[in-house]
Amino acid sequence: MNKTTPATVPAAKAPAPLKSAPSRPEPRPERSTGSRVGELVQRQGVLAVLLTVILIASFVYPSFAGLDNARGVTVQASFLAIVALGMTLVIITGGIDLSVGSVFALGGVLAAWASQWGFLTALLVPLVVCGAIGLVNGLLIARAGMAPFIVTLAALLAARGMLLAFTDEGATTYLVPKDSAFAELGQGSVWGFGHPIFIALALFGAGGLLLQRTSFGQTLFAVGGSSDAATLMGLPVARTKILVYTLSGLLAGLAGALNAARLSSGVTIVGVGMELDAISAVVIGGTLLIGGAGSISGTLWGVLLLAVIQNLINQIGSLNSSYQSVVSGGFLIVVVVAQRYLARSRRTT
Amino acid sequence: MAPTHPTPPPPETAGPGTAVADPVLEARSVSKRFPGVVALDDVSFALRAGEVHALVGENGAGKSTLIKVLTGVYRSDEGEVCVSGEPVRFARPFEAQQAGISTIYQEVNLVPLMSVARNIFLGREPKNRLGLIDFSRMNRETTELLDGFGVRVDPKRPLHTLGIGTQQMVALARAVSVQARVVIMDEPTSSLEPREVETLFRVIENLRGQGIAVLYVSHRMDELYRVCDRVTVLRDGRHIHTGELAPLERMRLVSMMLGRDMAEVRRDGLTGFATEGHDAARTPVLTATGLDRRHQLHGISLELYAGEVLGLGGLLGSGRSETAKALTGALPLDGGEITVDGKRVGRPTPAAAIRAGISMLPEDRKAEGIVPGLSVRENIVLAAMPRLSRAGIVSRAQQDRIVEIFMKRLRIKASGPEQKVGELSGGNQQKVLLARWLCLEPKVLLLDEPTRGIDVGAKAEVQSLIDELAREGLAVLLISSDIEELIEGADRIVVLRGGAVAGELSGDEVDESRLLEVLADHSPGSVPAGRAPGTAPADPTPGSAPADRTPDAAPDDQPPRPGGRAPAGQEDPR
Amino acid sequence: MTTEATLPRPAKPLARLRDPAWYQEYGVYAAVAVVLLFNALFTEHFMTADNLRTQLVQVAPIVIVALGMALVIGTEGIDLSVGSTMALAAALLPLYLGYGLAPALLIALLAGAVVGAVNGTLVSLVGLQPIVATLALFVGGRGLALVMADGQLKQIVNPDLLALGTGSFLGVPTVVLIAGVLALAVAFLVQRTTFGRQIVAIGGNRSASALSGLPVKRVLIGVYVLCGVMAALAGILATARLTASDPSSLGTLMELSAITAVVVGGTPLNGGSVRVLGTVAGALLMQLLRATLVKHDLPDSTAQIAQAAIIIAAVYVARERRSR
Repeated sequence: MNKTTPATVPAAKAPAPLKSAPSRPEPRPERSTGSRVGELVQRQGVLAVLLTVILIASFVYPSFAGLDNARGVTVQASFLAIVALGMTLVIITGGIDLSVGSVFALGGVLAAWASQWGFLTALLVPLVVCGAIGLVNGLLIARAGMAPFIVTLAALLAARGMLLAFTDEGATTYLVPKDSAFAELGQGSVWGFGHPIFIALALFGAGGLLLQRTSFGQTLFAVGGSSDAATLMGLPVARTKILVYTLSGLLAGLAGALNAARLSSGVTIVGVGMELDAISAVVIGGTLLIGGAGSISGTLWGVLLLAVIQNLINQIGSLNSSYQSVVSGGFLIVVVVAQRYLARSRRTT
Repeated sequence: MAPTHPTPPPPETAGPGTAVADPVLEARSVSKRFPGVVALDDVSFALRAGEVHALVGENGAGKSTLIKVLTGVYRSDEGEVCVSGEPVRFARPFEAQQAGISTIYQEVNLVPLMSVARNIFLGREPKNRLGLIDFSRMNRETTELLDGFGVRVDPKRPLHTLGIGTQQMVALARAVSVQARVVIMDEPTSSLEPREVETLFRVIENLRGQGIAVLYVSHRMDELYRVCDRVTVLRDGRHIHTGELAPLERMRLVSMMLGRDMAEVRRDGLTGFATEGHDAARTPVLTATGLDRRHQLHGISLELYAGEVLGLGGLLGSGRSETAKALTGALPLDGGEITVDGKRVGRPTPAAAIRAGISMLPEDRKAEGIVPGLSVRENIVLAAMPRLSRAGIVSRAQQDRIVEIFMKRLRIKASGPEQKVGELSGGNQQKVLLARWLCLEPKVLLLDEPTRGIDVGAKAEVQSLIDELAREGLAVLLISSDIEELIEGADRIVVLRGGAVAGELSGDEVDESRLLEVLADHSPGSVPAGRAPGTAPADPTPGSAPADRTPDAAPDDQPPRPGGRAPAGQEDPR
Repeated sequence: MTTEATLPRPAKPLARLRDPAWYQEYGVYAAVAVVLLFNALFTEHFMTADNLRTQLVQVAPIVIVALGMALVIGTEGIDLSVGSTMALAAALLPLYLGYGLAPALLIALLAGAVVGAVNGTLVSLVGLQPIVATLALFVGGRGLALVMADGQLKQIVNPDLLALGTGSFLGVPTVVLIAGVLALAVAFLVQRTTFGRQIVAIGGNRSASALSGLPVKRVLIGVYVLCGVMAALAGILATARLTASDPSSLGTLMELSAITAVVVGGTPLNGGSVRVLGTVAGALLMQLLRATLVKHDLPDSTAQIAQAAIIIAAVYVARERRSR
């Protein structure tokens, strides 16, 4: 970071420092430590909650802390994580993508069907179709100026319809050939940790770089922060939106394909309500639904938190599984309300 | 296409120098139509390198449309835009920027949640060898760039934590930091303090010196005559006049903008206020004592009498709007008391204030005033709805009666009471809002920048209406950053500084020089407050704009910051 | 929404078809008419009293939920928790039927009010975005319903409650009657009451409304409570018709059907206007469309894709007008 690039200010034409420029050194306005702590808590609060929950759970339920359990939880979470990654990018632009659950399911079915022709087709077919759905979403939103909520709601129905049409109204289940390279992609593991975990981590790494260190990432924030300003600043707003929905479709399709590889078949009933899980994870992770602010890492912690809660409820055998959604919903309220008050206090101190 | 003028414009004169530079940016016979409106009708216009060119006209004259055509936001229906003589067709603002045309808009068009540096470099971030953004370089260059504008601010700070004036300076820095050949400024000073306006003018001088063309749009005559070389007047979407500005008489310019007779303008003055004052009552209608709010207001006390117009002056961030909002209960207070006619307003909320007879016209018409999708009728009766209904059921007949009265009285130009307010012009929207408050039959009317951003004709109408209301016995509080308006309109002026009362002018003291003295804190009584104990560290409250900027006149002359924690120190810290 | 024509209306009927505003205003009704006409011509046994009654009975709960949703959307909000609220009401009914029908109904409706109050509080007092605020109860509400019902389906035997689902008055099913009366009531609420006009004003410009002294927080909470109560009522009626309380599946995806009905009916998602009749027509259109496809032996997949297309078309038309 501290390279010695000569400071070629592109503003060679900026006016020379004015004569009345500061004559005495003035303390550069610093942000108060209080606001920094607040920001840290807001940014990493989910991580703290996640670690606390894991710590307590490990003491109370020794079976939870086992490596096997950790492997199970993380591989389960990796699919939602990949979907939520795309959702994070979409939400940062101020949009929303309700179609990911259906696209996830469609991707899985397509992958299972295409796996009979080998590894590459099994990946490419769902990516192309799901990417195309995302592209259509993006075009309708960016070029036709329609509300993301509605466009992707329609895509949710349409993708589900396509899935049903493709599987004879859900009657046909395509199977992934046993011991194929594609099945290995979903079922294989390194040190017991399934491949999808590493794929998800790699995607999050790439997503983080994309968001924080590229012009495209900056444009995402700008579009979400103020779409009008971004347009007037000459940023490619429409193209960015189209790209981000395409990306979301691609990631949902990929997650679906990986899930099919893991399950060895294209299950038609998966992914119902997944969009709302993904949104929950993104919101818990501190990304603002109004757009313009958010982080990739927060989403990762959010996904893990949801997965850990689910796993814990399963551990507590006496509780029926309905409690899982009660607890998740409760967590969602607590986290967003806490975020809200943190943000508010940060603004007023 | 020659339109008829009440005063024929003087023939186009190339300046006395005759060495006319080639136009860098030119519009040739541009027309632009919107459904139902011809926004631009065969307008030609040329901008030369190294000149500062004023573009004036009433609202709706086509200035904004012309700018948007020049910058690629709109595409013209007919005619063409040329850059350096070559016809161009911008599909997007981006292409105009590529061609060297950069623009700063009246409302800050930056991304509030992003940092200063990211805003300045959006879309052209410096990259390192890996093609990733080099943030340390970006922040360093931002600091250097802003130093050139006399602005000191942490480049990593989110933009929304800065004052509006500073934000505007950041926008300016962004606009000139691209390799611009033309800089278009649309009402750049509307949110700047006088000090910042000076900085802006120096920046403009600098641009002129570098041979960059500046298109300057403003309603403020003083500014135009100070910085502009030539002027182009538009009216009703048509080109009226282009020529040297200096020899053009001010009245003549106004009459061309208005399409009114010069004699008429001369007779009525520049504002719509009558010259004589009002007879105020003896006992105050409204008293506010010791209004306190952390970081914003410090022990503000006011008395407002029936039949007077009390001006509330002060620079941006001095607490004018906050005071008005506090009086209407829209801003929660930490301390203080408000009474109307001797009765205390318990826990102030907008509803309680309205019941007590206080009405406020908010500063931001779009965000806090109109409900654009509702009709003129519903916008007028919005606040009065409970009074115009029985058992929660709306009485249409009563509404219609009130609406008819006010549409007539305020001369609201709409196709009818059912037209949507969003479709009206700014001036008429403002009148609708005035009607909303007047139909509550208030005792006290607070007006926050009632004439900002509305055209000259409507401005005069609103001003004379204020006059009339005061004469009828209403107590009016007028907030305005237009000094002319404040002086001609107000009987008495209370000046705020740093969230506290800095002085009061009444009677013969109400004149421009006295007002400027108090505003600028040059009066001998007040001691530089820059050394007040509470001013050392900056804090990131949105209201603390002045702290981000270095004083550019005298370092000691720093106004007390709104965040100053010593209310007593406002008057005399020693 | 009968604003007088401020723009000169195109005189010729053909010119009208080229005016996007016409579609925005009357498109839903025209579409319903077209679907009915199509069925009258090409579908056997469609335009019979029996079939139409079935369609109306089926659409009634959606209409009731959509009416509440329309009010919420009018304030620039959204309520994702309506399906879960239906499940909650359904789960509570059998628990209290022992005390009689009235207390059971009251408790179920109260549950809806409580859900609405929580949503409204999160939106208005805490300042959460409506999607997030109601997402929490969407997730948690059904879980709560299942916990209360022990995850089981319970048969309903109370004859009074069953009568609510199957009874009729002058040949009109009670359920349809209730939905119709509610539609009229909501239309009156929106058009003629201060509360209704305040809903629209708050949706159009929240801070202007607050500065004009409107009780913004109270109105917002009220709107979500109304939506919750209507969802609970829909849950009760659906349970009565099913003759069983089924909290695990009752009302799933109801939030999407309701939002679709509202949007297809021409109410913009960004608030400031509520089209009550349009919402009813929107719900009816989606129902008739589904029925038509079923009658013609078209599979579910086609029905879903067709729904998607209609939503896009409806929003596209709405967009046309906004950009004018």
